[in-house]
Amino acid sequence: MTQSVGDSSASATRITPGNALRPEDIAQATRQGAAKASEDVAEYALRLGDDALILAQRLSHWISRAPELEEDVALGNIALDQLGHARSFLSYAGSAWGKSEDDLAYFRREPEFRSAHLFEQPNGDFAATIARQFIVANYQFPLYRELTRSSDPMLAAIAAKAVKEVDYHLDHSTQWVLRLAGGTQESRRRIIAGFKLMWPCVGELFEDDELTARLGDAGVVPSSLRAEFDRGVADVFTEAELDVPASPPATGGGRHGRHSEHMGYLLAEMQVLAREFPGASW
Amino acid sequence: MNEQDKASSTTPAPEPGAHRWPLWEVFVRSNRGLSHVHAGSLHAPDASMALRNARDLYTRRNEGVSIWVVPADAIAASDPDAKGAFFESPQGKDYRHATYYTKSEGVKHL
Repeated sequence: MTQSVGDSSASATRITPGNALRPEDIAQATRQGAAKASEDVAEYALRLGDDALILAQRLSHWISRAPELEEDVALGNIALDQLGHARSFLSYAGSAWGKSEDDLAYFRREPEFRSAHLFEQPNGDFAATIARQFIVANYQFPLYRELTRSSDPMLAAIAAKAVKEVDYHLDHSTQWVLRLAGGTQESRRRIIAGFKLMWPCVGELFEDDELTARLGDAGVVPSSLRAEFDRGVADVFTEAELDVPASPPATGGGRHGRHSEHMGYLLAEMQVLAREFPGASW
Repeated sequence: MNEQDKASSTTPAPEPGAHRWPLWEVFVRSNRGLSHVHAGSLHAPDASMALRNARDLYTRRNEGVSIWVVPADAIAASDPDAKGAFFESPQGKDYRHATYYTKSEGVKHL
């Protein structure tokens, strides 16, 4: 194929919101040269993909450990959704450097990961996971919705699929925030503690830098999402009678490869099999 | 030990059976189906969570376009042992079928 990235008729990018774009389609388009991300777009896709990948890894720890079987399935579904988004973003990012999604997921070192600190935070108890999930969904939903209008057709197509799934993640976490806050004294204590634990990581999500400025219409300026995030959180917090925690912001730096002490353990577990047995399949 | 284990070891284990969510029966109407069909059951704390759990458990492979959830204890069920009298065979009661009756002369459009 000789079509260029910007050509909206390129087969892999002729995706309407109703048609799901699979990571395999992106990988194939990349191999055929129909889709190749620019250096900046690839770096941006890497950030979004790493956020989703690290969160999927964290969430999958809940399988067999959730309070009820039904919640096990719900969290497992959300983990798989996030993994799907990660695969798409990483496949596309890899097109710039001739790397596959697996190369990027399994064979990068910690300073090469671009995820924000929120996503690598330990699961804690169920309420802490719900607090993290609520923050993530309130950030990702407007982000992906705006990204569907990206001037980069592949990013727009990936976002079009992801936004519908994140819409459900938002609903799921909102329902649980309301129930934990309005449930028993113990559940209310836990959701308040969960938000207190996660809140320092909120600021980093909305930080702009040179890359997001250079991207222009291809990306979404992180700071432009903050007002909607605050409104979305305030609506639910008012109903749940929760206060926005006053915790000071954490240092951050995830977008530039500086991670918290939790990241190394997470990566070691995620990558050990692929590194021990390169090319293993099952 | 990972963080999950650490977190759970610091909290007292709830008494077994102390907090069981109520049981809900799930009815799903498929794409081409005319009526809701019983799909199974699940546990959920309330009706709206039951609907969401049903969506996750019973419609994730594109099975349905509409879901009903009903509290299991709100369903009055017939006694499975009452077969004899309750579900008596209609054999010998042909008059329950329309074909039992002979058409009267001169009646049109039957």
